[in-house]
Amino acid sequence: MTALSPRRRVAVGVSELTFIERSLRRSVRNVDALLMAIMLPVLVMFLFTFVFGGSIDPSGNYVNYVVPGIILLCAGFGASSTAVDVAGDMTTGIIDRFRSLPIPATAVLTGHVVASLLRNLVATGVVVVVALAVGFRPTGGPGDWLAAISVVALYILAITYLFAAIGLASSSPEAASGYGFILLFLPYLSSAFVEVSTLPSWLQPIAQYQPVTPTIEAIRSLLMGTSMGNNAVIAVGWCVLILVIAATWGAWLFRRKAGHR
Amino acid sequence: MIAVELRGVRKSFGTQRVLDDIDLSVPAGSVFALLGPNGAGKTTVVNILATLVAPDSGTASVGGYDVRTARDSAKGVLSLTGQSVAVDEVLTGSENLIMVSRLWGLSRRESRLRARALLEQFDLADAARRQVKTYSGGMRRRLDLALSLIRRPEVLFLDEPTTGLDTRSRRSLWAQIRDLRSAGTTIFLTTQYLEEAEQLADRVAVLAGGRIVADGTPAELKSQVGEDVVEIRSADDELLGAVATDGSVDGLHRAITQLAEVAQPDATVSLRSPSLEDVFLSLTGPALQQKEVQS
Ligand SMILES: Nc1ncnc2c1ncn2[C@@H]1O[C@H](COP(=O)(O)OP(=O)(O)OP(=O)(O)O)[C@@H](O)[C@H]1O
Ligand SMILES: [Mg+2]
Repeated sequence: MTALSPRRRVAVGVSELTFIERSLRRSVRNVDALLMAIMLPVLVMFLFTFVFGGSIDPSGNYVNYVVPGIILLCAGFGASSTAVDVAGDMTTGIIDRFRSLPIPATAVLTGHVVASLLRNLVATGVVVVVALAVGFRPTGGPGDWLAAISVVALYILAITYLFAAIGLASSSPEAASGYGFILLFLPYLSSAFVEVSTLPSWLQPIAQYQPVTPTIEAIRSLLMGTSMGNNAVIAVGWCVLILVIAATWGAWLFRRKAGHR
Repeated sequence: MIAVELRGVRKSFGTQRVLDDIDLSVPAGSVFALLGPNGAGKTTVVNILATLVAPDSGTASVGGYDVRTARDSAKGVLSLTGQSVAVDEVLTGSENLIMVSRLWGLSRRESRLRARALLEQFDLADAARRQVKTYSGGMRRRLDLALSLIRRPEVLFLDEPTTGLDTRSRRSLWAQIRDLRSAGTTIFLTTQYLEEAEQLADRVAVLAGGRIVADGTPAELKSQVGEDVVEIRSADDELLGAVATDGSVDGLHRAITQLAEVAQPDATVSLRSPSLEDVFLSLTGPALQQKEVQS
């Protein structure tokens, strides 16, 4: 079908750009979700540094431990609204308008994914600034920061793709927002708030062998100088695996729901 | 030239056969109305032509392009206003129009100009900068229609376009449909309002039971029903019965005799020409009274 189709009038990339612009506008208008995506991680950080922090680590250094975990919590939380956005598009009929236009309809998903990436990077930035204000003292240099930001971006991308696929699988935006919360538990069952070795023994393998722990450890190592080991490799491996699975699942769902039925 | 063509199209959803061997062809530059009761499959026909749904068998083409083998070319010449409004609720009216203009390949500047012109044309200029979720139902529908007219399409599909519009908006849409037709656009519409089909359509087809049960000009279809319709109404103008006749004295006699059964003491009888509604009811409704008269 694509090979035989005549040259499209619309220049390459214009439909993607148009949809990115659309999703960004929607993000900015959705003040509630945007505030929640920033406020919730900041509140969790306050809770852990000021309320629980003292008993977890009496030296008062807990903020330096917890911020990498909060960064990932923030990334996952902000990405979950992608599921709601995608489910909304698929169930309101607007997808049929896009599908009747001479453009690749998947560009609408690209729009949501890229907007989520940008939205979450901004939210993460805000969280980091607030963390610095409450005593977060990272030791990493510019190169470490760049690497950490790349890991965070890759993680956001993977989680966003996963939420986009969940949005495609959901029967309604309300259902999509429900699934989102299940995935947000992962950071709590990881090394985000306490070291894995302090967890009950039955929980330790779960925490050790899930994607969030190596990702947090990789960021922690880059920003705080803890030992890296092979955490970076495992983290990138997890993210790529999630990306591939989510993209394949999503493509299959999209063809089934919005293909030429 | 033929703008829209269906040949032997069948479509089932699961075990439910919705379209059973549909043939239709619509000459370029004309207005075609597809009528049918709820659930007859009108939207399915439109969706097949708009490349959204694949037929199980048969062929469909728009502007000469097969919707399966030349899908992108077909999409390039058609525009669709579906039965349910397809607009972005979070964006403003103006942003919706600019977005779809960009998707059609217009530059940013052209898109802004086009959006402004369409907002004016569809009486939405005052609401241009408001989010669509604050719009009334009729305003959404008008925006939805405007979104299908970013470029003048070769073939325009309108699935129940005037549902939810007030009389003024409806008339204005009718005028625009006539303008588009004179500019050369072929219009394929479905409607529940027979007056709409009567006003606009060069040709009408009735879909029922998965088949096309009538296809012709409104005049042809009406003459199938009969020459005249005899109506009997109660004192408070409630329709008690209607019978089509062949225009002969005998026919009228028979009709009156038949209507006498439903007559009330102060009921009145009148004679009128058949409407598309009579055609529609005789083809799809349970009461095929004119058959009884003719037999
Ligand atoms: N995607 C689908 N899956 C299953 N059944 C469907 C689907 N789309 C339509 N149908 C069924 O096909 C039949 C025809 O539907 P369609 O929407 O084409 O009718 P319609 O003539 O447009 O009706 P209306 O006047 O109410 O709009 C209905 O019985 C409907 O339930
Ligand atoms: Mg319909």
